Amino acid sequence: MQESILGILAGEGRVADDEIAARLGISSDEVAGAIREMEEQGIIIGYRALVDWSKTDVERVYAYILVEGTPQHGVGFNDLAAHIARFDEVHSLHLTSGTADLNVVVEGRDFREIARFVAEKLAPSPGVTSTSTSFVLKTYKSEGRLIHETPSSQRLAVSP
Amino acid sequence: MTLKRTTQSRISRTVQDLKPSGIREFFDLVMGMDDVISLGVGEPDFPTPWRVCDAVIESLRNGATSYTSNLGMEELRVEVAQYLEGKYGVTYDPASQILITVGVSEAVDLAMRALLDPGDDFLIPDPCYVSYGPCVELAHGLPITVPTHAEDEFRLTADELAGACTERTRGLLFSNPSNPTGSVMRREHLAEVAEVAKDRDLVVISDEVYAELTYDGTHTSIASLPGMAERTLLLNGFSKADAMTGWRVGYACGPAEIIEAMTRMHAYTTMCVPIMGQIAAIEALRRGEDDRARMVAEYDQRRRVFVNGLNRIGLDCFEPMGAFYAFPSVRSTGLTSEQFAKTLLTDQRVAVVPGNAFGASGEGHVRCSYASSISDLREALARTETFLERLDAGEVQPDE
Repeated sequence: MQESILGILAGEGRVADDEIAARLGISSDEVAGAIREMEEQGIIIGYRALVDWSKTDVERVYAYILVEGTPQHGVGFNDLAAHIARFDEVHSLHLTSGTADLNVVVEGRDFREIARFVAEKLAPSPGVTSTSTSFVLKTYKSEGRLIHETPSSQRLAVSP
Repeated sequence: MTLKRTTQSRISRTVQDLKPSGIREFFDLVMGMDDVISLGVGEPDFPTPWRVCDAVIESLRNGATSYTSNLGMEELRVEVAQYLEGKYGVTYDPASQILITVGVSEAVDLAMRALLDPGDDFLIPDPCYVSYGPCVELAHGLPITVPTHAEDEFRLTADELAGACTERTRGLLFSNPSNPTGSVMRREHLAEVAEVAKDRDLVVISDEVYAELTYDGTHTSIASLPGMAERTLLLNGFSKADAMTGWRVGYACGPAEIIEAMTRMHAYTTMCVPIMGQIAAIEALRRGEDDRARMVAEYDQRRRVFVNGLNRIGLDCFEPMGAFYAFPSVRSTGLTSEQFAKTLLTDQRVAVVPGNAFGASGEGHVRCSYASSISDLREALARTETFLERLDAGEVQPDE
């Protein structure tokens, strides 16, 4: 049941309890209880809309920044990551395998704002040895969703 | 030039007698309208999974544009054999017992022509898929309809089957899960049919194109029942569960004698299934399981929402356990299937298919496909509810 509920919420986000209940053939109370439990356990950490900002008047740009750093005894990259994660500009942050150590997604109003953040805050952070910034120029798919319209279905209206 | 025919027409007697599908007429009606929510569609609303399309694009780059073996590509037949063995424990020899066909449709046509002599009977359920009867007729056979009933969820019963058999009955052709009713025959129901088939020495043609779309429990193939593999032709394909209707790939598996006869005709008339479709099918069998599971889970949710909705607004509907069809009764409205479907369409722009398009026993019901988005299904339910209220209040008169 948990997996089915999460499947619906992670795919669509905004679905009422009774709608989930109808689809899964269980009661609304069961759905509400399961969701509350998953929220309390931190399995569900939040709800938000997926926005294609390029279609709005809001200025918003993203950059992927590969950060190399110096690991510290006992904590590895945790302290450095916790420091970087506190900046509001940081949208998401992962410890990754590969050439870099941390993968930081930074959000800003324009390229200059991001460049300033990297130059003034991120690169000089103690423990950071190098950064490599890639600005997002165009988004094709986000959170599992294609951004641009796919061709409409050719299905016939009635078929055997 | 003189046409050597007794009638005026150039068209053969057999084809002159062939009736156009009742669905066709409805299709023409729907096509002339805007803002229609169509529940008349017998195909998935999902596109073919991209991994399948990608495999075909790659094969084209590599120059795979030739004919294949008449039987179909060996790799595909081997995959089909492994799939069926894994699913049902039934073993087919890829070299002699599997034929790749242009959808299940070609397989039905070939099977009928392979098995029937003029004047032979073949049993088909009523209601059933629209092409079964015509395929029997085109093979110069006589389709004998076996009535099925709402109280049995439109499953075939031994009594009705035995009662329909004559000296000239060669076999039975049915689909499980059923199009149009969504009904599923479980092992115990199939066992009844198998007993009659063995007793009357019938060939059973089992169209299992909706097998993967079985909810709550697994599909049983009648070919897996004791003593049935040697008299069963199992038909399946990729259209429904793999969302591959346009690729036109199906297969027939059964006794080598029947497959050989079908293959001889197939070699003369079709040569082989287009190679692109066969490559798509190989990819679907090798790596399509997750895609199938995702789509089945989605259909299952829609099924619950839609069938509960139908019952809530007053159209009685048994719980369909397979395919993506619901087959509610419209008798409470006092309208015939056709009146209901036409009036609902003109008044509320919701398209469903009249049950009698699938046989006389479908009268009093309509076929609704729930292979549409949940929001469309909800809108269709809301419009149908409005329609029922308007009908009740005398605000709408049935179309003739």
